[in-house]
Amino acid sequence: MQAFRLMVNGQARVVTVDPGTPLLWVLREDLKMTGTKYGCGISACGACTVHLAGVAARSCVVPVSLIGDRPIVTIEGIGQDRVGRAIQDAWVAEDVVQCGYCQSGQIMSAVALLKSRRTPTDADIEQSMGGNICRCGTYVRIRKAIKAASQQLA
Amino acid sequence: MSASTRLHSDSGLSRRSFLRVSATAAGGLIVSLYLDFPLLAQAPQTRTYPPDAFVHIQRDEKIVIQVNRLEFGQGVQTALPMLLADEMDADWEQIVAELAPAADVYKDPVYGIQMVGGSGSIAHSFQQYRELGAKIRAMLLAAAAQQWKVPAAQCRTEASVVYGPGGRSAKYADLADTAARLPVPEQVPLKNASDFERIGKGTRRLDSRPKCDGSLKFGLDLDLPGMKVALAAHPPIFGASPKSVDDKAARSVLGVMDVFEIPTISQGTAVAVVADKFWTAKQARDRLAIDWDFSRVEPADTAQLWAKYKDLAGTPGNVAVTRGDLGVLDGIPTANRIDAEYEFPYLAHSPMEPLNTTVHFDGDHAEVWAGSQFQTVDQIAIADTLGLKPEQVSFHTEMAGGGFGRRATPDSHVQREAAAIAKRCKGIPVKLIWTREDDVQGGYYRPMHAHRIEIGIGADGMPLAWRHVIVGQSIVAGTAFASFLIKNGVDETAVEGVSDTPYEIPNFSVSAHHPTVNVPVLWWRSVGHSHTAFVMETLIDDLATRATTDPFVYRRKLLKSDAKRLRGVIDLVDEQSVTWRNHLAEGHAFGVACHESFGTSVGCVADVSIENKRPKIHRVTVALDCGTAVNPLTVESQFQAGVSFGVSQLMAKGAITFKNGHAQQNNFDGYTPPYIVDAPVAVDVHIVPRTGEPSGCGEPPVPVISPAVVNALFRLTGKRYRGLPLLSL
Amino acid sequence: MGHSGTTLRSSAVLILIASSSALSLAQNTSPKAASTTREAALAAWQQVYSVLTSPRCINCHTATNYPQQGDDRHPHLFNVVRGPEGKGVAGLNCATCHQSANADSTGVPGAHNWHLAPLSRKWQDTNDNILSSPDVCRSLTDPSKNGILDGPGILRHHEEEPLVLWAFHPGRRRDGTERSLPPLTHEQFVAATRLWIEAGMPCPQNF
Repeated sequence: MQAFRLMVNGQARVVTVDPGTPLLWVLREDLKMTGTKYGCGISACGACTVHLAGVAARSCVVPVSLIGDRPIVTIEGIGQDRVGRAIQDAWVAEDVVQCGYCQSGQIMSAVALLKSRRTPTDADIEQSMGGNICRCGTYVRIRKAIKAASQQLA
Repeated sequence: MSASTRLHSDSGLSRRSFLRVSATAAGGLIVSLYLDFPLLAQAPQTRTYPPDAFVHIQRDEKIVIQVNRLEFGQGVQTALPMLLADEMDADWEQIVAELAPAADVYKDPVYGIQMVGGSGSIAHSFQQYRELGAKIRAMLLAAAAQQWKVPAAQCRTEASVVYGPGGRSAKYADLADTAARLPVPEQVPLKNASDFERIGKGTRRLDSRPKCDGSLKFGLDLDLPGMKVALAAHPPIFGASPKSVDDKAARSVLGVMDVFEIPTISQGTAVAVVADKFWTAKQARDRLAIDWDFSRVEPADTAQLWAKYKDLAGTPGNVAVTRGDLGVLDGIPTANRIDAEYEFPYLAHSPMEPLNTTVHFDGDHAEVWAGSQFQTVDQIAIADTLGLKPEQVSFHTEMAGGGFGRRATPDSHVQREAAAIAKRCKGIPVKLIWTREDDVQGGYYRPMHAHRIEIGIGADGMPLAWRHVIVGQSIVAGTAFASFLIKNGVDETAVEGVSDTPYEIPNFSVSAHHPTVNVPVLWWRSVGHSHTAFVMETLIDDLATRATTDPFVYRRKLLKSDAKRLRGVIDLVDEQSVTWRNHLAEGHAFGVACHESFGTSVGCVADVSIENKRPKIHRVTVALDCGTAVNPLTVESQFQAGVSFGVSQLMAKGAITFKNGHAQQNNFDGYTPPYIVDAPVAVDVHIVPRTGEPSGCGEPPVPVISPAVVNALFRLTGKRYRGLPLLSL
Repeated sequence: MGHSGTTLRSSAVLILIASSSALSLAQNTSPKAASTTREAALAAWQQVYSVLTSPRCINCHTATNYPQQGDDRHPHLFNVVRGPEGKGVAGLNCATCHQSANADSTGVPGAHNWHLAPLSRKWQDTNDNILSSPDVCRSLTDPSKNGILDGPGILRHHEEEPLVLWAFHPGRRRDGTERSLPPLTHEQFVAATRLWIEAGMPCPQNF
């Protein structure tokens, strides 16, 4: 067990955990932040996506010991960001979600995309969102919502 | 599963329905609707009478509606309140929807148990929720009329307000207490469709925002004071038990509370690990050294099963339907025959939220939290496991991350596991989690199937004789559903979509074999239609090609004249796709499929090319007829997303295969659902405008996409694909 | 990836190469000595080649827009792509999963700045077939290629590049087993590289 100081959505948090614990479970169980989801545990589905120092990261495979001082942003905090807010609003306006379980991860990936490419092409969307699984299959509306958010931010 | 309306016609079952109204201590109107409608005449239902009901009009003007179904993506948490709110003339902005706990009042009016399945939510509760809304409105109106001493006929309602003569008005929230003391009307007229304010209008989902900001809690997110997390090590071959368990290393992990064996209903004996957190439990479970006894269980093997199934498919099975004279086949030369064999693998549902159940047992009461499609059945099973009566089990329905049938298990196996663990940990709430590995390997798959079809083509190019044998495990055998879904030894869920085909085939025989295999099976979204539609629609395409007839024209010719809705969607999808079909890009082809399931007719055309040796689906045009589309925005979503879900069957890694008794796949790396690149890029959905009874939209999108894509691929490669998944092009 | 100025060691290497070339020129009368050096160098090259084309190295030296994974070198799962700088794309960067060190608790390998080798350093063809020894050797030494390393640069890369060092400590898989190693130790790899470079980086002939 080891103490780790983490910066989560702008707040300093301290947890004492086994260093090999993935960030996903530290967030969900030690910090009680359940917005970040467990879908597979092997970085295949993206439901666990957070941002580490602004870069999308799959928290189910990142042990807390490898985070260092990189600031963490989760789905609970992304709405404070202009791009994050635009994506969330577009998701609601386009009625994207069905069961919704994958959508935290979809949104975090989409925000990373829009921050890097303000007007993504279809190919950009397919590549950047290419590793996020939606079992319900809401991909058609995900594409539409990303484009809508992009226009809204223009 | 197939809707069974047999229950209505059983004499000796009385259907009692009454509204009970009470004013709560805190003020507010509660209206309860109780239905007494047991599933089987022989099995008396134990009833529970919960304090909450269907609608609570709060002082703060919020109108809280209880939804009698699990919400797991299909949008029922919005659509059922729409029905009630429209008849009630409630202000939609005031509506709050909650998932009702397990209780008698929340049972499905047709099936008699609380459940989601058979794409029946809207169909079965359409009348129920509308009536509730209409009666509440009538009582609120009567309360205002009474207060104002005017005839009710001179009052009207709009957006949660009653308006009376002379400019009077009163809010529902202010009338609720008075209304609660009035008698409940027996009958009230329902609105004409032309007067709908909300029903039939695209309405954004009520649960959207919290699902986008991380605030909505799913079952897996539940946290309770003192709660522990449990994982179970399941036997690698179904039904096996441990010879010995070395749990020393497991127990040495800091935070582990206990390790013990638990009996399971289909999986033999498992070893449970209870710990303070998921990661602890996982570390401990990984360190268990279990020596399993496989001597008494049969190890399933896919290669062996295919050999056996193919053999069986060459022999007649139990008859599902037969008409005309199959001897006609013998007289038809080979050139005019199609002899086809089809193969379909086991499929896992793999809802995005792994299975989980939390149980808190204190000795004479249990509290349960689960995203269950089968609350009544689960509640009874948990009570049974704990030695309680069902009314001693409070069952909370949690929001679920997908289900597709996986959360409706007749044997309630996950709930029983959770209850068994909670029983050992009496007094401590325990959350049982199935990891993704547990899920992919844990059984309850769409069964594997082999089909053998012999078709004799008439001089007119139409099928003259058709002999069809289906081989696959029975889903309902040994369950409470067997008595009305197995007829003449045929499980209806294995032959639906073939035996009831709307195509006019004069000499027709469908029979089935249901082998016993040591692999638990379950209904996978669209059930039998998931394989039968593929067979039918690819064979029809084959016939149309041989008759050098356009696929639309051929279907119009072959369909029974009274298949009006199917004809309607074929026309609509033809009309809506003709322009792009005539302007296909180089290397693209279109494929057609149509199918009716769960009362809904669907026509589908797909624009497909081949990229990187895989089908690339550029566009899908879908037409559907579901009667009244209560929420067209959700219906559109169901079909856009449902065809994307249906692509699962085409994925190269879209099969569960068995060797040495267990699945060879254990996570999304080996069993891979569609990603965005695999799904159609664009899907346009066209709903036949209709009023009247609604039919389901949850499952009907799934069966049509695989045959449509594969029919397009034939035009690109000249090959007919008779096995799923598509391994190579 | 060494682009710094020449060090004393590199100068020494250059002198050595120069002098051995001078030696071979002056020693036309002594072909046996020259061919022994060449033989040894070619043998050293084969050793280097065996490491370059082992999964831990070649999985990131692809000719396509995807990396490979595993000893069977299958295309990286989850639709991971190369991206414009070999670091993936926004939302699906290499760093989205691969951290600065191996994550043995979750089975994901890691090292500083995890990314793909540029296409100029591909050692397979677009069908994922490993290129022959002569072809790989030539691709390393072809002066017309942009951005290739010179001899000292290659040596430095083999000695110091974190991703190369990683290959010799690749961490555990998800199932707890250790990932397989290249056929040489890091020390042997560096020694073989040095020998080959000092001998003038000769390439084997095609057959």
